Amino acid sequence: MNTKIATILLLASATTLAACAKKAPEQLPPPPPATVQPTPQPTPQVQPTGPQVGSQDHFAAAVGSATTIYFDTDRYNVDSQDAAALQAQAQYFARYPQISFTIQGHADERGTREYNLALGERRANAAKNFLVSLGVDPGRIAVVSYGKERPVALGSNEGAWAQNRRAASVIIT
Amino acid sequence: MTKTYLLFLTAALIAAPAAAQGAQDLGAPVGEDGPVETIAVEGDDADGPLRGTVTDESAWSDIGIAIPAFATDRDRPTPANADGTEALGREVARVITANLRNNGLFKPVGPDSLPQPAFPQITAPAFGNWSGRGAEMLVHGYVRARDDGRLVVGCYLYDVALQNELVREGWVVGPADWRRAAHKCSDLIFARLTGESPFFDSRIAYIAETGPKDRRVKRLAVMDSDGANHRFLTLGSATALTPRYSPDYSKILYLSYVDGNPRIYVYDIGSGKQTLVTENRNPTIAPRWSPDGQSILYSMAVAGNTDIYRVPATGGQSVRLTNNPGIDVGGSYSPDGRKIVFESDRSGSQQCYVMDADGSNQKRISFFGGRCATPEWSPRGDQIAFTRIAGDFNVAVMNTSGGSIRVLTRGWQDEAPTWAPNGRIIQFFRTEKNTGRSGIWQVDLTGQNERRLPTPVDASDPAWGPIRP
Repeated sequence: MNTKIATILLLASATTLAACAKKAPEQLPPPPPATVQPTPQPTPQVQPTGPQVGSQDHFAAAVGSATTIYFDTDRYNVDSQDAAALQAQAQYFARYPQISFTIQGHADERGTREYNLALGERRANAAKNFLVSLGVDPGRIAVVSYGKERPVALGSNEGAWAQNRRAASVIIT
Repeated sequence: MTKTYLLFLTAALIAAPAAAQGAQDLGAPVGEDGPVETIAVEGDDADGPLRGTVTDESAWSDIGIAIPAFATDRDRPTPANADGTEALGREVARVITANLRNNGLFKPVGPDSLPQPAFPQITAPAFGNWSGRGAEMLVHGYVRARDDGRLVVGCYLYDVALQNELVREGWVVGPADWRRAAHKCSDLIFARLTGESPFFDSRIAYIAETGPKDRRVKRLAVMDSDGANHRFLTLGSATALTPRYSPDYSKILYLSYVDGNPRIYVYDIGSGKQTLVTENRNPTIAPRWSPDGQSILYSMAVAGNTDIYRVPATGGQSVRLTNNPGIDVGGSYSPDGRKIVFESDRSGSQQCYVMDADGSNQKRISFFGGRCATPEWSPRGDQIAFTRIAGDFNVAVMNTSGGSIRVLTRGWQDEAPTWAPNGRIIQFFRTEKNTGRSGIWQVDLTGQNERRLPTPVDASDPAWGPIRP
């Protein structure tokens, strides 16, 4: 299982490097200790330190930057890079079936407010539908759109906008 | 005072069970204002000759209008002004001067640089003195405190050259509403000199914004058309967006995240309470009133796809008006209530469409090459204002078939136009590049007179209400 995740992550990061400029220059999170450790941990509950199962930190540690997928301007389709990230998410959620989560859909600032609310809704649902197709129970997935109201990148340039056109999976604690 | 306290207490008692049910973000209710009664005021004869309507605005911008302090029969104390009715008369003239100056059509001279007429001169002006000052038009008025505490405000417009009274009117207002009398007088002057409909005595609902770009606090707020009488209606713990005043000013539709999801609420101004526009688990956005206030349009996303619905304002069954895999959102009624202009990306990008009020005959009207967003039908019916996206975001107007486009603003991101009640002026919000700071601006239909509205904090999503009764 861990090797699989690691492979997908490797593939995902390779695709990130190769991705064209439209994609978000993702801010790399701290290195995921759970997966880069060569020693497998079949019983994570005996781990003395590290994030708890059911926390966003644990999810992020497990899937890395794959907690969030990114979209082209005004688009909501799941491309191959997004698919790899959602597969990593699906494996995590298969492993921890007790976890529920929210997919937050967002848009960049270069759109009108109401349209962006609808667009964020569409993006979050695209991510949800993909996860459901991978076997995640739709009852575990909540969806909310924030339109352009909650940017993560604060500049007014293509790079910042690419980071803000996103659907982020957030663990419900 | 006792009355206010009782009202507050009642509201608190009513609010208590509601608060127990779920999250709340509402401030104390501001309540509705008192009535304004129009009365006959003294004058020497009937209305003078009408001077004709404005066709060329440039001809009017040079008109000298003298607006000296309003007189008072007797300087009396009033809750409206700590220095009494004489000082209040000066304030009234200042408000009128600012109104007429800020909207670009006239060059008024206010009370601070003019002699103060005596009370008897209000109905018998010293025309010789005023023509010597180069004034073509003269505004006179008075403020009188009645024994019951209410104020009588008289307003007179004279043609100095003809030595003629053009129009006069009077109002009885509560002391708290004295500015409304100044706005009514501004409207009287504006309407008489331009032949246009009034608009000063109106209010604006909007979103007040504070905080950094990634943690912006967005609160529902209201103000008079000149920015006075500002009030926050929500506390800011939940994001509020896109308000719309009901045609009778008794309610405000707006979007709130108070339960964690974007949903439209109907906020009752008198009681300070709010209800969901529709009991539904789906997110609802983009609320709009029909011109008669009987119906509400909203947009709802079901499984990610947004369409436009209509529901009676009193609640009940919703009717789906659009049924399309694209995003259909917003909607603005023609003033006769028979058509709706809305935006849809069913063609691949945001464009403006017109349909009949029952959802039939949906037809795209925008074909200018860019994108068409947030269309708003003019209260006069002949034009549609919209956000024109072609590189930058600008406010533009077009006719109801999508032709004769005129771009009115040139900001980096100007969006969400709203019409003044007379269809002559448009407000919108302008967002700054990088900082994300926003402000409400207004521009007239010539595109010449653009200015920023004074708001206590950053502002967005202006929604101009109709002229007040």
